[in-house]
Amino acid sequence: MADTMIEAGVSFLAAQIILAVFIWWFSTSKPGQKIRNFPGGARGLVAAAIVLVGLEVLALGVFGQKAWANIYFTPPGPNAMPIQVQAGQFAFYFRYPGPDGKFGPIHPELINEATQNIFGLDLDHDQDSKDDIVTAQMAVPVNREIHLLMHAKDVGHSFYVRELRIQQDFVPGLDLSLHFTATTPGKYEIVCTQLCGLGHYNMKAYLLVMSQADFENWLKQQAAMQ
Amino acid sequence: MDETSRASQAAHHAPPQGFIRNYIFSLDHKIIGKQYYGLALLAVLTGMVLSWLMRIHLVWPNSPVPGLKWLAHTSAPNGVITPEYYLSLMTMHGTLMVFFVLTNAPFAAFGNYFLPIQIGAEDMAFPRFNMMSFWMTFLAFCVLMAALFVGDGPPISGWTAYPPLSAVGAVAGPGQGTGQTLWGLSIAIFCIASLLGSLNFISTTLDLRARGMTLMRMPLSTWAWFITACIALLAFAVLLPACGLLILDRLAGTSFFVPANLVVSDQIQPHSGGSPLLWQHLFWFFGHPEVYIAIVPAMGIVSHILINAMRRPMLSHKVIIYSLMSLGFLSYMVWGHHMFVSGMNPLSSLMFSFPTLVITIPSTILTLIWIGSLYGCKLRITSASLFALGFVSLFVSGGVSGFFLAQPSIDVLLHATYFVVGHFHLVMGVAAIFGVFAATYFWFPKMFGRMMNERLGKIHFWLTFVGAYLIFMPFHYLGMAGNVRRYSAFVNDYLQPLLPVHRFITIAALATGAAQIIFLYNLIHSRFRGEPAPQNPWEATSLEWTVPSPPPWDNFAGKIPVVYHDPYQYGVKGATGDYVMQDSPQKIPTVPEEGRR
Repeated sequence: MADTMIEAGVSFLAAQIILAVFIWWFSTSKPGQKIRNFPGGARGLVAAAIVLVGLEVLALGVFGQKAWANIYFTPPGPNAMPIQVQAGQFAFYFRYPGPDGKFGPIHPELINEATQNIFGLDLDHDQDSKDDIVTAQMAVPVNREIHLLMHAKDVGHSFYVRELRIQQDFVPGLDLSLHFTATTPGKYEIVCTQLCGLGHYNMKAYLLVMSQADFENWLKQQAAMQ
Repeated sequence: MDETSRASQAAHHAPPQGFIRNYIFSLDHKIIGKQYYGLALLAVLTGMVLSWLMRIHLVWPNSPVPGLKWLAHTSAPNGVITPEYYLSLMTMHGTLMVFFVLTNAPFAAFGNYFLPIQIGAEDMAFPRFNMMSFWMTFLAFCVLMAALFVGDGPPISGWTAYPPLSAVGAVAGPGQGTGQTLWGLSIAIFCIASLLGSLNFISTTLDLRARGMTLMRMPLSTWAWFITACIALLAFAVLLPACGLLILDRLAGTSFFVPANLVVSDQIQPHSGGSPLLWQHLFWFFGHPEVYIAIVPAMGIVSHILINAMRRPMLSHKVIIYSLMSLGFLSYMVWGHHMFVSGMNPLSSLMFSFPTLVITIPSTILTLIWIGSLYGCKLRITSASLFALGFVSLFVSGGVSGFFLAQPSIDVLLHATYFVVGHFHLVMGVAAIFGVFAATYFWFPKMFGRMMNERLGKIHFWLTFVGAYLIFMPFHYLGMAGNVRRYSAFVNDYLQPLLPVHRFITIAALATGAAQIIFLYNLIHSRFRGEPAPQNPWEATSLEWTVPSPPPWDNFAGKIPVVYHDPYQYGVKGATGDYVMQDSPQKIPTVPEEGRR
């Protein structure tokens, strides 16, 4: 980002200043004055553009690729904590697997806002669902890798936390995932960035980054409220 | 071209008779060009008013807007804009501006009027198709306007209309009923019109050039319209079926874009097997070239006008043409950069990132040629040349932010924020509009036979130029702070400190918009009261300046010109001054170096 800032900033300032200076100089030429060519002519400028911008493109391409690969081509570690997030008009809900470490299956036909069966769980038949913890806020222990399993209930949404520099769309019909490690305790906002209807602006949740002990307490409280 | 084809060309339509044939269902490319211009003007004024309403709502959400309750009494009760009406305003603003302004004004309007004259043709190759293109575009406009006033709410899915939101129908909330269907229909009609128009531009350029008008002797504006027509032909050909499929999903129960097991408003949807990403791919396969459909004609127009103002050819005519071509070509390989966070394979993101960065190379070459050609020229400052120079400045400003967005790893922070909004408004919106303003000040005398007021033009330029920067530069700051776009209100804690910036932008937008009244006044006043325009007021060289202002119905009064020179013989000793007209048989004594190689 810093490299891009410098390169873009320099190109921006240089181009604007030279443009202004040339307009200033050459709009007040005397009558009789001959037309002159820029030293080096078109060939020089084309060569300069190809070499300079080409190098810049290669450099940015290589740096950018590394940063991207760190997020998307490295699988989450074996100790990453799975959390499921479901996006729907106009709220995020989270699900923790509970002591058994397993998420129960989702039955879309059982999803019902009125009875608060947000994820469409069948608590009567699915053993794995019984200890699942469904929350409206997302809490994570600090410095612990999180494996976020994402799906949308109705239309497209997105998961964006600016402080963590992460953004990923929810695509209906696709199960996507994201992994990250939050390193600074605090309270951050998760917001939706994919237009999802009239309540889009108000679709948000809090991400609470806390110590391991606080997190365990929080999870216990949430489990008690199920 | 041989004699037979020229004869058939001359015979292709008789002088128009009667008011309707003259001004409404006209076959004359010049009238059609003016019709496109008028439609674009209507669309841009509507789009601008919509953007004012959006900006007002963002900073004064509870204040009633005077008069609005009569225009939209269900969507804006007592004149107060609801969240869904904000999204409608945004959807309509984007659709109007992208399709009916940025595609129509620089390409269809000026291209129709000047492409045939600049190549020495009496009309477009298919005048009847040309008339149909305009009237279908007009129909598309009417259908879109109808969507704004339907009973169950105007569309709110944005100009990108991502399914499933746009595909599942009224169950997904307000604006997803008739309004969204009309939106899809309007765009489909627009696609057909643009396809006809592009075919016409391409055939005219290839078949109807006057004797001596080789491809390399075509002015840069004509080159740009020709390249744009090639881009548009491929782009709209993909958007048209995409809109068709979207309408089928909405009305016929198909599932091209909707997967199984969606639960919308607690109802499981009767669809299965579709993919929302398919729409995104189809849409952006059109959507990215569309950016170049807006900007390439402006680049050609600006080059044409700058050369005239600099009194010299560009450092290289060919390099400009090849750069425009490579922009057009590359524009088809980068659509995925709109989808870095869409959930497509992350490897694709890298594949799309590289050509996106590579587009910087032809863009930089163009910029360097424009700026480098200024060196040692004899610049004439007019309203037209100011807007052309303003275009270069805006293109650079809007272009450098592309460096950030082209890299997926940075895009994850900036995607869907005001940074993107600032980027495309500067580089595609305002820059292309500056091209249109430059073209208007430059060609108005030819189109209407009267001069525009230069003083008002220069005041208009400075107010608009400063205003555009005041509006759109702060967008980049907002985006870096994580300000998400398409929000009808800013309720997040971290957005609260940014509200003063939004107030500043709103005031700048209202003021800059108000400054356009100067332009409108100049346009209307000059049309009726302006100084009579001579045939060649700017001492220009291309063929449109060899005919009277305004030109007769068949452009050359039956005498098709013969072309002897490259288009830009400036800085040479001519009989009339420092230039030689393209159709002048006069030999040119000294050839300035570089210029025509």
